[in-house]
Amino acid sequence: MIKPIYGVIAEFDNPTALVNATRAAREKGYRRLDAYSPFPIEELTDVLHLHRNKLSLIVLIGGIVGGLTGYLLQYYVTVVNFPINIGGRPLHSWPAYIIITFELTILLGAISVVLGLLALCGLPMPYHPVFNVPRFALASRNRFFLCIEAADPLFDRDRTSNFLETLEPREVSEVAN
Amino acid sequence: MPEEQIVEQPAPKEIIAPGYTFGTVTDQIATVVLTKRTPWFWFAGFGVGFALLLVFLWSVAVLFAKGVGIWGIRTPVMWGFAITNFVWWIGIGHAGTLISAILLLLNQRWRNSINRFAEAMTLFAVACAGMFPLLHLGRPWLFYWLFPYPNTMGVQPNFRSPLVWDVFAVSTYATVSALFWYVGLIPDLATLRDRTHSRFARFIYGIMGMGWRGSARHWSVYETASLLLAGLATPLVLSVHTVVSFDFTVAIVPGWHSTFFPPYFVAGAIYSGFAMVLALAIPLRAAYGLQGLITDKHLDNSAKVMLATGLIVGYAYILEAFTAWYSGNVYEQAAMLNRMTGPYRYYYWTLVFCNIVAPNALWFRRVRSKPALLFVSSIVVLTGMWLERFVIIVSSLAQDFIPSSWSIFQATRWDWSTYFGTIGLFLFLFFLFIRLLPMISIFEVRTLLPQAKVEEEVQG
Repeated sequence: MIKPIYGVIAEFDNPTALVNATRAAREKGYRRLDAYSPFPIEELTDVLHLHRNKLSLIVLIGGIVGGLTGYLLQYYVTVVNFPINIGGRPLHSWPAYIIITFELTILLGAISVVLGLLALCGLPMPYHPVFNVPRFALASRNRFFLCIEAADPLFDRDRTSNFLETLEPREVSEVAN
Repeated sequence: MPEEQIVEQPAPKEIIAPGYTFGTVTDQIATVVLTKRTPWFWFAGFGVGFALLLVFLWSVAVLFAKGVGIWGIRTPVMWGFAITNFVWWIGIGHAGTLISAILLLLNQRWRNSINRFAEAMTLFAVACAGMFPLLHLGRPWLFYWLFPYPNTMGVQPNFRSPLVWDVFAVSTYATVSALFWYVGLIPDLATLRDRTHSRFARFIYGIMGMGWRGSARHWSVYETASLLLAGLATPLVLSVHTVVSFDFTVAIVPGWHSTFFPPYFVAGAIYSGFAMVLALAIPLRAAYGLQGLITDKHLDNSAKVMLATGLIVGYAYILEAFTAWYSGNVYEQAAMLNRMTGPYRYYYWTLVFCNIVAPNALWFRRVRSKPALLFVSSIVVLTGMWLERFVIIVSSLAQDFIPSSWSIFQATRWDWSTYFGTIGLFLFLFFLFIRLLPMISIFEVRTLLPQAKVEEEVQG
């Protein structure tokens, strides 16, 4: 019994090669694949069809919750919990609440950006199989990687490796699990 | 030909010097952090910062033991240096957020080489700023009374007071700046993790980098996150100094009670912030040989922003004098006249020189192209902006409505030691930052390279 692997990874030395290879792999029918690059490449987003993510929605909800918290907190404190009559001004003095409502909207919005980013990316994740590839350390410097995962229905250890070889990579290697 | 492709945003030419590759950019920035040899100028700068930090700790210890009376704050000038320094520091922070958030939204790609240390500057400036209102409380250990929480005293903060708004504005600003900075650092921390040879460093950077691996799926979410954070930070940065100005405008003190303070304060904040960016960038790039990444173009652009905001500030000074006169209010008129001709006239005219007259030298390309001159002018602006806050706060309080209550503010040596102490805190944190974290955003500089462009027209 051969030990199952995570996938096969190909290394490229420029972003154009990576984008072309990713497109070729998509056209070949592979779906469980991921590209790794040292900086964001907009074209990869197109090629991998990654346009929709839920982050904006998460942040919208976070912001609304923050705004409501800010307003209701002030309403509760100044009207219910600690009402003080100053010069006959109304207890529910909404114009004075706007600043803190705004600040808490931004605060909870920003916190939900960060938590949403981590949640959607599945980070922190100190271990990942791709780190087993020794040359993968260069993915954060100047190399570009395309990994086709073993979970893909079309995946076949030899055929997928051979396919990646046809894309003119610098190197193709297997990713241990 | 690559020229035939449809490029939505043609990159401005010569953002960074030619000849860089992904590898050399990475190595040049990462080596500053990963090298075992610490350069002498780092020790020099850090030493100055650390010495002043000790002065700060000493001043704070004395303040805790004896109370705020060690400062020169006496009735009627109860704000004195503490609030001057607070407004000055928090203003300096604004340039960092402007560079990281507003220039990101405006697609100003040149910001990529200066945003990291500008954001760090923001964070440390806000930390210094936060010291003053806390120490000025008189009983700083009870600072948590500023926040609404269920308590046995049965009292709550007054949400109708700008001072409480300030608590929320500044603490939100500090939190969001820290989040923004950290999110920007994650990919670079992964780079450091992969580049370092030390096991300990790999462990620490690995934990901080959260296992970032540069996956396209992650980058796609990451780009959305950057835009969203920028979109949230943009109104925030404009609101923070607006709220700071409310501390003044909502009060009825002559010289404070005016509606144009918010935009005037925001412009002044960005003005002093860009001065600080230049004051940090010019020595840094010379010391670390980063002229290829922080180019003359960056200095030129920053100087232009400084000039533009300086002119807005100049306009505000003129308007301030005009509205005081035009209001027909004797107290407003007297406050303005006292500023110009009273006991604080030297401060006033020095600030007019520093903030309105001197920066006009920046109209000339020959001045903007000389880093040494830019450095001098940024120090002049920083001094001028400190004097501006001092004059606004102290001259208005010292001479308000009734001459019998007037009094002149005398700064004590503890005022000065606390002020210079926070400069020490700032330098201390900043030098630690440039030694331990990449001072230029590596992954964003990579995107500036011509090689980063995908060469074929992509049809999805």
